[in-house]
Amino acid sequence: MKAIINISLKAGVLDSQGKAVHHALDSLDFDGVKDVRVGKQIILQLDTEDKTQAMTEVTKMCEDLLANTVIEEYGIELV
Amino acid sequence: MQKSNIKVTILQFPGTNCEYDTQHAFEALGATTEIIWHKSESIPNDTNLLVVAGGFSYGDYLRSGAIAKFAPVMKALTQYANKGGKVLGICNGFQVLTEAGLLPGALKRNESLHFISRHHHLKVINNDNVFLEKLTNSSVVNIPIAHHDGNYFINEEGLKELEKNNQILLKYTDENGEIQNPNGSIESIAGVCNKEKNVFGLMPHPERAMESLLGSDDGVKMLQGFMEV
Repeated sequence: MKAIINISLKAGVLDSQGKAVHHALDSLDFDGVKDVRVGKQIILQLDTEDKTQAMTEVTKMCEDLLANTVIEEYGIELV
Repeated sequence: MQKSNIKVTILQFPGTNCEYDTQHAFEALGATTEIIWHKSESIPNDTNLLVVAGGFSYGDYLRSGAIAKFAPVMKALTQYANKGGKVLGICNGFQVLTEAGLLPGALKRNESLHFISRHHHLKVINNDNVFLEKLTNSSVVNIPIAHHDGNYFINEEGLKELEKNNQILLKYTDENGEIQNPNGSIESIAGVCNKEKNVFGLMPHPERAMESLLGSDDGVKMLQGFMEV
């Protein structure tokens, strides 16, 4: 099973990279963009097929290391 | 400089690059120093101050300081701090201490997205702690900064706590002490301490401001606070 983890800055925490990208899109005349958030994606190849177990384990990984929950939020997708 | 009986222990991770500057600075102030490797599982018994020096620990992969917090030496550091031992994190050391949860808040990418390396003025906000007791409140020092992730963030509630407990140590200002923010840091904060006032962290590098010939010797006044038991 694969775990796809998406990490981004929490709403309310200024995302300077997102702002810079938004600005660049604006200057290329892509004017339909309301907001840009830049994050990172971490893909884990797991050796289990048990979704409940995987979710517990990956959540702990995010809390302990992969995300800094002071400023970041994360989402986990198991495929 | 007069020899003191202070022992300063300096942590070295793979990627640390300010350990020798830090050693030089504290030896210039008369301290005995020892650099210990991140695999060490204990802190020398005679340590009076433990410094997490600047650099790019573990390449700063994932986030600055994120991987360093799991180094074997960090368990010993946490025990040392919990027993009231004095800990100072400079630059990457500050990032490591926030990642480890020993200091509140987090350091984000600079607002401009640029690495900033230059001298900057700082105003002393609270001197009721061992680190800044040699300086008066509102006095201004000139200290180099060199970082990519120095944009201090803490939520509103956390900020109120910092203010209430006098945990804000320094703010970025101009030479007259007026707020001037180089990196987007919340409230222009450059350094904080924990509630117990034995763990200190700051992005600027006092160890690089030890000789007026090299731009500033204001770091002497700052680090001297640690030179008494």
